[in-house]
Amino acid sequence: MSNRRLRINEVSVEFSGLRALDKVSLTIETGEILGLIGPNGSGKTTLVNAITGQVRPSTGAVCIGDEEITALSPRRIALKGITRSFQQVRLFNDLSVVENVAATSLAKGLSLRAARQTARELLVDFNLSDFGDMAAGALNHGDKRRVEIVRALAGDPSFLLLDEPAAGMNETESDALLATLAELPASRALGILVIDHDMSLIMRLCHRLHVISSGKTIGEGSVETVRSLPAVVEAYLGTSETSP
Amino acid sequence: MDVGTILQFTLDVLNLGSLYALMALGLVVIYGILKLVNFAYGELVMVAGYTLYLLNGSPLPWLIMALVAVCMAVIGGITTDLVAFRPVRANSLTAMLITSFAFSTLLQNAALLFISPRARNVPLPEIFTQSVTMLGVIIPVRNLITIASAFILLGAFTLVMKRTVLGMALRAAASNFTMARMVGIPANFIITVAFAISGLFAGVVAMLWLGRIGAVVPGIGLEPLLVAFIACVIGGMRSLVGAVVGGYLLALIDVSFNYALPPDLLSFRDAFTFTMVIVILLLRPSGLIKGPDTGKRT
Repeated sequence: MSNRRLRINEVSVEFSGLRALDKVSLTIETGEILGLIGPNGSGKTTLVNAITGQVRPSTGAVCIGDEEITALSPRRIALKGITRSFQQVRLFNDLSVVENVAATSLAKGLSLRAARQTARELLVDFNLSDFGDMAAGALNHGDKRRVEIVRALAGDPSFLLLDEPAAGMNETESDALLATLAELPASRALGILVIDHDMSLIMRLCHRLHVISSGKTIGEGSVETVRSLPAVVEAYLGTSETSP
Repeated sequence: MDVGTILQFTLDVLNLGSLYALMALGLVVIYGILKLVNFAYGELVMVAGYTLYLLNGSPLPWLIMALVAVCMAVIGGITTDLVAFRPVRANSLTAMLITSFAFSTLLQNAALLFISPRARNVPLPEIFTQSVTMLGVIIPVRNLITIASAFILLGAFTLVMKRTVLGMALRAAASNFTMARMVGIPANFIITVAFAISGLFAGVVAMLWLGRIGAVVPGIGLEPLLVAFIACVIGGMRSLVGAVVGGYLLALIDVSFNYALPPDLLSFRDAFTFTMVIVILLLRPSGLIKGPDTGKRT
């Protein structure tokens, strides 16, 4: 499993003529956290959608190891081991928190008892065990986000894609999330892709960064390398540094 | 009011309410997931009825005939999904609405053409015509059977929904269909199962309904469909509990008017019932039990 990687090769996505992604290539290795950053509307979420099958790339390929998964349905891709969270939380609001999490492992074929057991264990790791029997819709925003991440993890994925996991969280919550996420790649042998606008979180959490702007890659590499790239500073970090 | 009248009233409400509740539940199981009223639902009652009629004279015991008839309703439900819904599901809601009407008309006309527009008697077991006396009140045994079957079926359904993988998948799909797909729940399979469950409810209702009226006609499905629809609307379209509550409440209203209205007004009972329904909807526009999510398709 360790040599499996998620490879996105020259993926383009078009929405009725508008090119939202333009030949973006990136690789996520098992055991690493890759940060995907870029200004609003640069195509970050579209890239995640293209990987998980919500939108179909017009060209390019998405592969796990040697296996191409580009044309598969979202369900198949999820079962292949790529799970995700959403910018707008999408939980099963009227199911309990445990059931939300268990749904993923059930879909993978676990028994109800085993799925519930796994769900409860995962919830403990994320300090959510007190909420297990509550309806997911009744949680506060930060907890919903964490439940969504736990639900994605319950499928025992090889790759976890997190779309703004810390959005709407306060400092304490996002620090706690950062600590939990940082341990995941090693403890669960998985690769993580994180989108977030919180640069401090991204810089502390990620091993590598990939920057896109207007659908194109404008930089990639280690956190330090990316920070100093003139194109990146201009397109993204520059503006954020001058803002209050 | 003496004890006997109270008992009679209670049993009448429970009897009618059980039928309404089962019928409504069959409709909501599908509405919850597809956000669509299956207008071909009443025809499943018809399919079960004609199956029973066609088995008339066969040497099978009645219970087996009834079982076959219920199975046919289940198959009818699954067929509705495969023929009328799945091919157009990716299109608009309107397309599904029209195909469900078309399928309903098709089935009705098939019955008209191949069987008869006239009422056909169905075989019924002895026990459906017997009655028992309790507290000086004569109670038809079929009413007790109806109440018991409904309670058993509702109990079993609750268990399945709460305690099984399938039930959880059904609830997840009803809560957020797209997301259910994304976590890996097989969407087509779950929808087909929902249609099968819907057919099961329709089939059982058909047996109990026919026990009351004794004959099947091509248009037999209209009244159960209408009743189920109204029960769902007042109970709350988005909640399974709401459908059951709505069913029993509608029966309570119906039976109350039956008891309270003077004989010359009794033929206008439905007008009074529907007035009550309108009042309920004015007070609670989204039904008595509010569903957790919006009615939009997810």
